[in-house]
Amino acid sequence: MSGETRQYALELKEIHKTFNPGTINEKVALDGLNLQLGEGDFVTIIGGNGAGKSTMLNAIAGVWAVDQGSIMIGGVDVTTLPEHKRARFLGRVFQDPMTGTAATMSIEENMAIAARRGRGRSLRWGVTKEERVKYRELLQTLDLGLEDRLTSKVGLLSGGQRQAVTLLMASLQKPELLLLDEHTAALDPKTAAKVLDLSDKIIADSSLTAMMVTHNMKDAITHGNRLIMMHEGKIIYDVRGEEKKSLHVSDLMAKFEEISGGEFANDRMILS
Amino acid sequence: MILLALNPLSLLRAMPGAVAQGLIWGIMALGVYITFRLLDFADLTVDGTLATGGATAVMLIRVADMEPWTALIVSFAVGMLAGMVTGLLHTALGIPGILASILTQISLYSVNLNIMGKSNQPINVDQYRLVVSSRYISGDALTKFKFYGGVILGCLILVAILYCYFGTEQGQAIRATGCNMRMAKAQGINTNFHTVLALMISNGLVGLSGGLYAQYQGAADVNMGRGAIVIGLAAVIIGEVLFGKFCAGRKMAFAFTMVSVIIGAVIYYAVIAFVLWLKMPSDDLKLFSAIVVAVFLALPYLKGKFGRKGAARS
Repeated sequence: MSGETRQYALELKEIHKTFNPGTINEKVALDGLNLQLGEGDFVTIIGGNGAGKSTMLNAIAGVWAVDQGSIMIGGVDVTTLPEHKRARFLGRVFQDPMTGTAATMSIEENMAIAARRGRGRSLRWGVTKEERVKYRELLQTLDLGLEDRLTSKVGLLSGGQRQAVTLLMASLQKPELLLLDEHTAALDPKTAAKVLDLSDKIIADSSLTAMMVTHNMKDAITHGNRLIMMHEGKIIYDVRGEEKKSLHVSDLMAKFEEISGGEFANDRMILS
Repeated sequence: MILLALNPLSLLRAMPGAVAQGLIWGIMALGVYITFRLLDFADLTVDGTLATGGATAVMLIRVADMEPWTALIVSFAVGMLAGMVTGLLHTALGIPGILASILTQISLYSVNLNIMGKSNQPINVDQYRLVVSSRYISGDALTKFKFYGGVILGCLILVAILYCYFGTEQGQAIRATGCNMRMAKAQGINTNFHTVLALMISNGLVGLSGGLYAQYQGAADVNMGRGAIVIGLAAVIIGEVLFGKFCAGRKMAFAFTMVSVIIGAVIYYAVIAFVLWLKMPSDDLKLFSAIVVAVFLALPYLKGKFGRKGAARS
């Protein structure tokens, strides 16, 4: 790459993705999506159902190949890389707490697997003594009493605990980009707030670049330094800094209605 | 009246053989455990692989004059190849797992006939120093001791190796792949590679078991693996039902679980010996095995469906 092109933490260029093309279930999910994230950006993403929020995150993670366009993470073109090879760059937390961890494996094993993200899996021991000490300390910072349960199966933990562990796992190997896909949506409000706080803390402590999809407009405004709104597979509103901080939920609602042609926001958005 | 006609001594006489057979098939059951429980993959390759392992061992010992021990290593390797074929059919060619394994199993039938040149090849314990043989259990005390001690020690060594392996980075990657594929991919694990690897290890064990069993019964037969998957599943389930609580939460729980799978295979053969002693026609054995496995596989589901009431009461 020439020195002239600025290196972004993430650069999406003209991404197109259509699901079930040529069938009655055809759905244009991403429609010429463009996005650039600077180093250390923490962007929150809102939009109605089917706007393409999670689809965008899946495109970045490589869950499937995009039809058109290119994806660069930290200056590296990952467009054609399979999911497990892109994992080197990415920390991911999912909406369903079951998705981010392996239930039948212990807490320390889950963490050890995450600590080796992007590396080959050799015949060395899966969890070393030094790691155990380190994991215990890290779990202590969660303040959930998990530091004494290193060998407990993750399946025994609550949803909130699992999300907290998944967040920790995502940051064990500093990722170029942290993808949070409605990671508090399945939790009760109190636990959700705790997990959000933890997300803020981890992002700040390791100065991570992060993307957080949420249905909660208030959370979208209060967290991060940038907010984007999606509609029909495109970004239709992009606001940052002071302007973002001064936003109100009502502004977003108005914006949403204006752009979606007077359509009412769905119930979930109104209620949150 | 009927019970009086049964001779308790004949049941007693059947037991040593049942135990020996159970231990040898227990190695195959370990392979089934790896695919069925760790990888969550219903692998029917084993029915073919068992016979391939047996055919390979017998022909190598007889034709190539190979040491019976060395032949077992080749049985293991050949089993791994069979597992690799199933794995690649599934991961590289996108064929559903269970179908991929059936395709390999069917093709192995021809492969096995080709290895042996006909459907059955005997091997005489008097001519070769076989690792195991049913002759040894009717021998003198020392022979018996050496036989059982050797087989049990062999099983325990395998358990120890597997225990260590599944504690390594690679072993953990296999377990994560089987437990939660999305998580595994998100953590950079090549799930295709580790699926193939697990199938290879599993079928390697099955091939080894086949090589041992052919030596034990003094022949390799193209049909020796028919229904092996059902016996493997039975062993896994019997082990889990009887010793699941004992193993759970224990240090080295995984090693205990594997031992209980082997014991499950021994119990399976003891039960078979028992029902045969009750004069059940041997033609009905496979039906009996299938019903037992079906019942035990259905139990957790039925418990979940109808167990609520009981839980509320207690």
